[in-house]
Amino acid sequence: MLGIDVRNASLAWQGHSVFSDLSFHLPAGEWTCLLGQSGVGKSSLLRLLAGLTEQMQVRAEIIASDGKALAGRVAWMAQQDLLLPWLSVLDNVLLGPRLRHSRVTHAQREQARYLLSQVGLTGLDSRYPAALSGGQRQRVALARMLMEDRPLVLMDEPFSALDAVTRLKLQDLAAHLLADRTVLLITHDPLEALRLGDQVLVLQGSPARLTEPLRPQDAPPRAVDQPQVLELQGRLLRQLMEVSE
Amino acid sequence: MFADGGVPVNALRSLGIAAGLCGIWQLLVWLTDAPHFILPGPLRVLEALYANAGLLVQHAGVTLAEILLGLMLGVLLGLCSALSLIWFRRLRAWMLPVLVISQSIPVFALAPVLMLWLGYGMASKVAMATLIIYFPVTAACYDGLRHAPAAWLELARILGADRRTQLLQIRLPSALPALGSGLRVAASVAPIGAVVGEWVGSSTGLGYLMLHANARMQVDLMFAALLVLSVMAVSLYFLIDRLLRRLMPWQSETLFDDAREAD
Repeated sequence: MLGIDVRNASLAWQGHSVFSDLSFHLPAGEWTCLLGQSGVGKSSLLRLLAGLTEQMQVRAEIIASDGKALAGRVAWMAQQDLLLPWLSVLDNVLLGPRLRHSRVTHAQREQARYLLSQVGLTGLDSRYPAALSGGQRQRVALARMLMEDRPLVLMDEPFSALDAVTRLKLQDLAAHLLADRTVLLITHDPLEALRLGDQVLVLQGSPARLTEPLRPQDAPPRAVDQPQVLELQGRLLRQLMEVSE
Repeated sequence: MFADGGVPVNALRSLGIAAGLCGIWQLLVWLTDAPHFILPGPLRVLEALYANAGLLVQHAGVTLAEILLGLMLGVLLGLCSALSLIWFRRLRAWMLPVLVISQSIPVFALAPVLMLWLGYGMASKVAMATLIIYFPVTAACYDGLRHAPAAWLELARILGADRRTQLLQIRLPSALPALGSGLRVAASVAPIGAVVGEWVGSSTGLGYLMLHANARMQVDLMFAALLVLSVMAVSLYFLIDRLLRRLMPWQSETLFDDAREAD
């Protein structure tokens, strides 16, 4: 399992400093949830780790626990499912292998089918994404990410476009399937952060700063009506409101 | 599914439209009382069509070959140009202005020059058809390639796709709808190029036949040639429309889906 240390990360976009000198740690095999309002720079932080920093001025020290570079070891899940409309569900899950080498092996195909069954989409292999609901599409995106089997998983508000019940179901599913990965999940929903995070960080202010990590007890995913979750949710919301005033 | 169920309705509707147009045409002949060498009625034209079937088929074959060759060349050149514009960033800065400027030269004005360079045969007509569709195809295809969603390309990068794979597996398929509209325009414009080429100078083809018939006051034959040309152009359009739908089963937007939606 891979732990990540980010030290003195600074990022500017079009001459504006988004954040400077941020340092944090992503513990190996744990979920870190990064909470913050829209536009505070959460996504930029995620892009920094993913290496998607074109047109940004970046300075950061990113250290993986095994001492190797991160490139090629990151999986990505975005708010939009990013399914390619011209590929079937199965081929969308196989997108990584398809893009890297032209031939997809039988074993990979079987693995993709297995993952689709894991996310609860048995029998929809040959559908086009347009024929799926929003929740189903995000499940396919989850399977596509699992297909990559990479040690660091970056998720940019992956559930925010879904309705409340679907969102809770997918949170449980993701927590279950990614239990032993190192995950950084970005969200603006305190409940989501508290249900899923082994540690919860808040990014706020301008230029943005990180708060001390909050570590709720019990293993995720936590129930929505757990007293601890509800209490911390209230506290986080109050904190976010104070800063925005 | 829905598209297939709609075909008989479509066919009936097309027949209805054709019959309606013929009715208006005949009405116009009656109302204006025009002599048959100015405006022949539909029946007269059908008679001419029947009497000159062999002649019409022979000339239509030539024109069809010109249209198809021009269409193939124009689409191929346009697609290649668009791909190289995307691939070579340096080339873009030089080629885009040239392309736009070249568009301000009316292709029809080039017809005599093409005739001079390529001769009276098929080559000059194919060149006309190619030229006339080259720009719309290039522009549509380039636009489509350029507007591939950035998020898809980023995902592809994270998944380890190199630049060539990104172009061929993300940009190109995402440009297919735009390319499709370019192709539909091309299919309806290419016949114009071929016929204009024939008007300027030729010894075969429907354009030639029309001029020839006109000069000898065989207006019914001229109309028959025009009819054959229209049927060819419309069939070509529908053929390409069909083909595009086959290629893009995930999105079947065509002109006639709009018509069906109105039901």
